[in-house]
Amino acid sequence: MVPPDLAQYALFLGLVLLATPPAGRAMERIFTGDAGFLERLLGPLERGIYRLMGVDPKAGMDWKEQAWAFCLTGLAGAAGLFGLLMLQQHLPGPPSTPSLTTPMTWDLALNTAVSFATGTTWQAYSGETTLRHATQMLGLVTQGFLAGGTGLALGMAFIRGFACRKETRSLGNFWADFIRGVLYLLLPLALLLALALVGQGTVMAFRDHLALTPLRGGRQLLALGPAAALESIKNLGSNGGGFFAANGAHPLANPTPLTNFLGMLAIVILPAGLTHTFGRMTRRRDAGWMLFAVMTLLFTLGLCGLHVAEAARSAALPAAVAPGPNLEGKEVRFGLAQTVLAGVASSNGACGSSAAQPGSFSPLGGGVLLFNMLLGEVAYGGLGTGLVGMLMAALVAVFLGGLMIGRSPEYMGKAVRAREVRLAILYALIMPLTVLALSAVAVATRAGQAGFSGNPGARQFTEVVFAYASCAANNGQAMGGLSANSPFWNLTTALAMLLGRFGTGTLAFALAGALAGQRRRPRSAGSLPVGSLLFGGLLFCTVVVVTGLSFLPALVLGPVAESLTTFP
Amino acid sequence: MNPQVRPALIAFLTLTVLTGLAYPLLLAGLARMAFPDQAAGSLIRKDGRLVGSRLIEQVFTGQGDFWGRPSATLGADGQPLPCNAANSGGANLAPGNPALRQAILARVAALRAADPEQPGPIPVDLVTASGSGLDPHISPGAALYQAHRVAKARGLGEAEVLALVRSHTESPQFGFLGEARVNVLELNLALDAIPAR
Repeated sequence: MVPPDLAQYALFLGLVLLATPPAGRAMERIFTGDAGFLERLLGPLERGIYRLMGVDPKAGMDWKEQAWAFCLTGLAGAAGLFGLLMLQQHLPGPPSTPSLTTPMTWDLALNTAVSFATGTTWQAYSGETTLRHATQMLGLVTQGFLAGGTGLALGMAFIRGFACRKETRSLGNFWADFIRGVLYLLLPLALLLALALVGQGTVMAFRDHLALTPLRGGRQLLALGPAAALESIKNLGSNGGGFFAANGAHPLANPTPLTNFLGMLAIVILPAGLTHTFGRMTRRRDAGWMLFAVMTLLFTLGLCGLHVAEAARSAALPAAVAPGPNLEGKEVRFGLAQTVLAGVASSNGACGSSAAQPGSFSPLGGGVLLFNMLLGEVAYGGLGTGLVGMLMAALVAVFLGGLMIGRSPEYMGKAVRAREVRLAILYALIMPLTVLALSAVAVATRAGQAGFSGNPGARQFTEVVFAYASCAANNGQAMGGLSANSPFWNLTTALAMLLGRFGTGTLAFALAGALAGQRRRPRSAGSLPVGSLLFGGLLFCTVVVVTGLSFLPALVLGPVAESLTTFP
Repeated sequence: MNPQVRPALIAFLTLTVLTGLAYPLLLAGLARMAFPDQAAGSLIRKDGRLVGSRLIEQVFTGQGDFWGRPSATLGADGQPLPCNAANSGGANLAPGNPALRQAILARVAALRAADPEQPGPIPVDLVTASGSGLDPHISPGAALYQAHRVAKARGLGEAEVLALVRSHTESPQFGFLGEARVNVLELNLALDAIPAR
């Protein structure tokens, strides 16, 4: 690695480390009842929303009520967005109808509605040829806040399951967590970040495609729009779906290295900060920092892997071309380091906002992105969901550790009994079952194969696994070689997204409920040292081995086989 | 009816108004006040005529122009239409795809044919398609590589063109963030501003 690349990675990780304690403290304060001056400003609005909803924000909700609230908010969002998409040709405003060349079929509308309501933001359409600005704002920007906010509320409920000392049924109030997260965290941060993006060149204009005559004649149709509004919340809410088809690679969406860097920080800082919120609320900061350390190790290994894979000379280049990284599908302003940073942050962060086209990554580079998603997106991960995934892995780890040393397994003073282990294992199984079963159907049927392009065979297999992994992990990144706008792909990927969001979410609420139903036992000589390096190592190995065992055959048939055949 | 249905629907509706309407409109207002040019798309005018956006690549194929990166964007009919700023995207070809190899060989041949006197190795970014198909930049190396051809076609001294390239090279932000780069449209506009001899 050359020094400037290394400096960019080091600065990123350093800033994440510095930001974790304040971000974690701020989230603890917001969700335990004091959001400071913002609360004085927006408090009346918050209380008005509760009154309209007819909820008491102080009333505790048990895990079933929380799970219903989580799923119903997602379904309401999906239904509303589906309606908006089907009606959008009648909506006023730019872009004018002739520019919208991709027809909004019912299956594409369904896929897009599910995709944004689950925070996946898989995009089987191109923004600039399919959607009106009104749809992007009212539909997609709103879902960015909704999906981000409900994910955060899930994370808070999960933390409370560990933190409560006495037996209780209450995991806090879902609606209060959700509305407060949106009002006091996501909305102000999104506004600040969006303004910074516009300052760097991200477009924010309500106007039609602009027809202009370029310098050397001809005609260029320039798509503009209120992109900055979506570009900021897509990263903060770990959604990832961009305004334009090229997403984070588009110069009017992500115009400078700084916008890319800020966007990646926006993906990572809140999920990383939640580890600290967890440590503070459970009064075991060492345990929070150990989760942070394992996440950082996974993230750093991803950076190294992707950097090495994409720095290597592309097999497609003839001898007349100078040495250099694999720039096919990448942008000059980002070069290698910013592309690698974006690839790792977004594939680990349940956020598909790539700054390049993963479809042209090297076999092993694409494999690194795929592996990150298959890990369940726990290296900081999605907003709220990343911490949940890592804690699920921690429960499996203490169970394994307990078996090895013959102690009854417990984590943070909560016993890991048959019910907890069963839920954690079911949670871990959703990903492999969904991804592998749907991939098998896709490669075995003509409707699935119809999505293949001319890429080599092993690559096509990677593209299929990548698509379902991305949807099941609610990531949304795609290898663009796959043509995914067909009824088969739209419906099967939507199924993967629903399972990945509401299946895992319901299990997480159930587990939080089971933990809250236990008295928290004080630390004793018999407790597992969950803040120790030894436990960190066990957790790291659990995350990697569970994923590895589930997906090794698929990874060998895809990225590994392709890399062996591409470099003879 | 499940007691969470009403709060879910009301939350969806109120947040649609708040985050889907109020937030973008407030942002648009602030953006227009603070950064009017950037918010409008960084548009460039020449002699009062709109000629493009400084952030969006244009097609340059003349001997006297600097060329930008290969663009794999498609037209509405699905046929190749380079630098189509109404349909961004890359080629999505895998490194092992023979079609990528063929495309790169054709680009190499075109660059060699345009300037047979330039024997040096060709910078990677000149023969690989960008991610957006609209990348407005090339690397400084890619600009220097073309300087000889441009100078000859325009009847300028090569040193003069090289100096222009250097003055149009943007450093990495804050000295280390991202890569050094040259904006092709701005460079060609600057070339046009040099009076013919």
